[in-house]
Amino acid sequence: MTTLERIKTPSRLRNAPLYDWDELVQEDRVHRLLYTDPAVFEAEMTHIFGGTWVYLAHESQIPNPNDFITAKLGLRPLIMTRDDEGTIRALYNRCTHRGTTLCRWEKGNSRSFQCPYHGWNFLNTGKLRGVPWPDGYADKLVRDPKYNLAQVPRVESYRGFIFGTLNMEAAPLTEHLGPIKRPIDEWLDRNPGGKVIVCEANRLKYKGNWKLAYDNSGDGYHVVFSHRSLLETENRFKDEASSKGMTYYRNDPDRLPMYCQYMGNGHHFKDKRPNLQKRPGGLWAIESLHPGMEHVQDKLRSRFGERAESILDLAGSEPVNINVFPNLSLLGNHIQVFQPVSFEETDAIWYGTKIEDVDGTLGEDVLTDINALRMRTQEGFPNFGEVDDITNFEQIQRGLMAPEDEWIYMNRGLGIPGRIHTLEDGTIKGPATDELFMREYIREWKRLMKAEPAIAIQREA
Amino acid sequence: MNIQANHPASRFSHYVTDALYRELIADFADWQDDDRAVEDAAERDLFRRLVEREARLLDRLLYEQWIELFAPECLYWVPSTPEGGDPRTEIAVMFDDRRRLEDRIFRLRTGYAWSQAPSSRTSRIVSNVEVFTCGRDDQRMVRSNFATSEFWDGEIRVLAGWTGHRFRKIDGAWKISAKQVNLLNCDQCIRNPSIIL
Repeated sequence: MTTLERIKTPSRLRNAPLYDWDELVQEDRVHRLLYTDPAVFEAEMTHIFGGTWVYLAHESQIPNPNDFITAKLGLRPLIMTRDDEGTIRALYNRCTHRGTTLCRWEKGNSRSFQCPYHGWNFLNTGKLRGVPWPDGYADKLVRDPKYNLAQVPRVESYRGFIFGTLNMEAAPLTEHLGPIKRPIDEWLDRNPGGKVIVCEANRLKYKGNWKLAYDNSGDGYHVVFSHRSLLETENRFKDEASSKGMTYYRNDPDRLPMYCQYMGNGHHFKDKRPNLQKRPGGLWAIESLHPGMEHVQDKLRSRFGERAESILDLAGSEPVNINVFPNLSLLGNHIQVFQPVSFEETDAIWYGTKIEDVDGTLGEDVLTDINALRMRTQEGFPNFGEVDDITNFEQIQRGLMAPEDEWIYMNRGLGIPGRIHTLEDGTIKGPATDELFMREYIREWKRLMKAEPAIAIQREA
Repeated sequence: MNIQANHPASRFSHYVTDALYRELIADFADWQDDDRAVEDAAERDLFRRLVEREARLLDRLLYEQWIELFAPECLYWVPSTPEGGDPRTEIAVMFDDRRRLEDRIFRLRTGYAWSQAPSSRTSRIVSNVEVFTCGRDDQRMVRSNFATSEFWDGEIRVLAGWTGHRFRKIDGAWKISAKQVNLLNCDQCIRNPSIIL
């Protein structure tokens, strides 16, 4: 049993909209204020990180009863718990007494959380277990459900990915994900048992707005420029049999079979798989050089022959960008999360994933080798690629400090007949360097900013 | 500037095996033991000078000289958890073999590494140097603390923590066979982690 509390937007924001969003978000361009105005950011924390489904955590981070991790929904500090019965909740990490955060550990296993300030004690269901010297409160006051921890009222998982929203009128998660489920399914199903396990992360921070990362998440136009040092480094040995990494972007990328596809509700997909040779090992053939690569490769090939190629592909970086609005991006083997900190600061966390030998076909030593190699392939891009992107994000934020030069363009591919196609399922497909996904997701952003979300929190009864 | 492939390990990664990982994890567990601390002042001074020299070469961006301090088959490891963890099943902030260290240098030298254009200026203070034996005459473990002031993009920040160096004697010279850099904030989001630590 739970109780629901509808939250009314404070009148300061309700009186009048912040801006005429149609003025700020146009067909071909957006206004700099989307990135530079703290008030827009504050509104986003309700309308976007509150108004739509937001990725919170992966189930493999809390696999056992009473496991917990801390997380965030926008700026709201959360404790993601799994109770004795396996139910996952997103509790507000906020004591109902005075507002103190209850849990300062990032992960652990606990059935309850005691507030360090006055000792109020809560179960991992959010229910208040007890307070010190309760007879100091009038007639059973602290038995009132209002003292149970607030929690995100709607928490749903899709194949291990846990999402939450405060909006009681949002569509069910699976409906909201819609067509983006297909690439998510394919991304998972290439791994044994169709599952991955989160295993630590490359954790980056940049001084810029969170949307700069989402703008970039499907951007095929920046690759050879922003990542020039990466591409040159990956291809520094001229005796290698094949070009490594994203070299295929170098010549006429829009004529290649790769494509970008807008999947609705702000989600979008960049599929570079069609550029690969269609054979087991086709992915591994373009993998850049990583620690342990030749050792594992030789060992597997001598032991398994042709079957080695598909095993090696498990360590390869799947060439897709699956972007789930507003804060999740599956790329390579990473689960990347964009975590807004302020209008000009964002954390970009690249969670690594490993695989399990679910049906025993790999064997313990092959699993160890492949996962070790998979760790090394995943460390490549954050170290040699992402650092240059986030530097460019920071420099956009700086460029946008010029108030009179107001517009940012996202019009690549717009207005060219025959370039972009709307498919039967309503998704929109275009060439790899098009900015169509930016134009479409920001339209969804605008819809959400205009809408009045039915925000609620929930407490155990 | 191009890094020459001076060693087979500069070109091919055959030595990063499961046995090597296991040895690494074992060597970096439980080694900071007072009973194994080297008392001899001359020996302690030798290793103190090596880690100081390393800091100077990095501060001066002399990467090609810096990497010569390393054994041909070497590891450079920045764990993403304070305990170090198991690099076979956990993502590290950085985990480089010889070739990838040379990749790192190559990238910084391309002129297109935007995260280091212009380059950070650093001042590395290395201190509290302690030397430990580890049951092998040709191997020493060295612990030191570091405080690296980094000037980048108009600001100075400090990266701090401690380093474990595993030195091995190769052809009569002490070389770094593994360097583990333990950032205090290794499990937190870090802005532009693009210098060599």
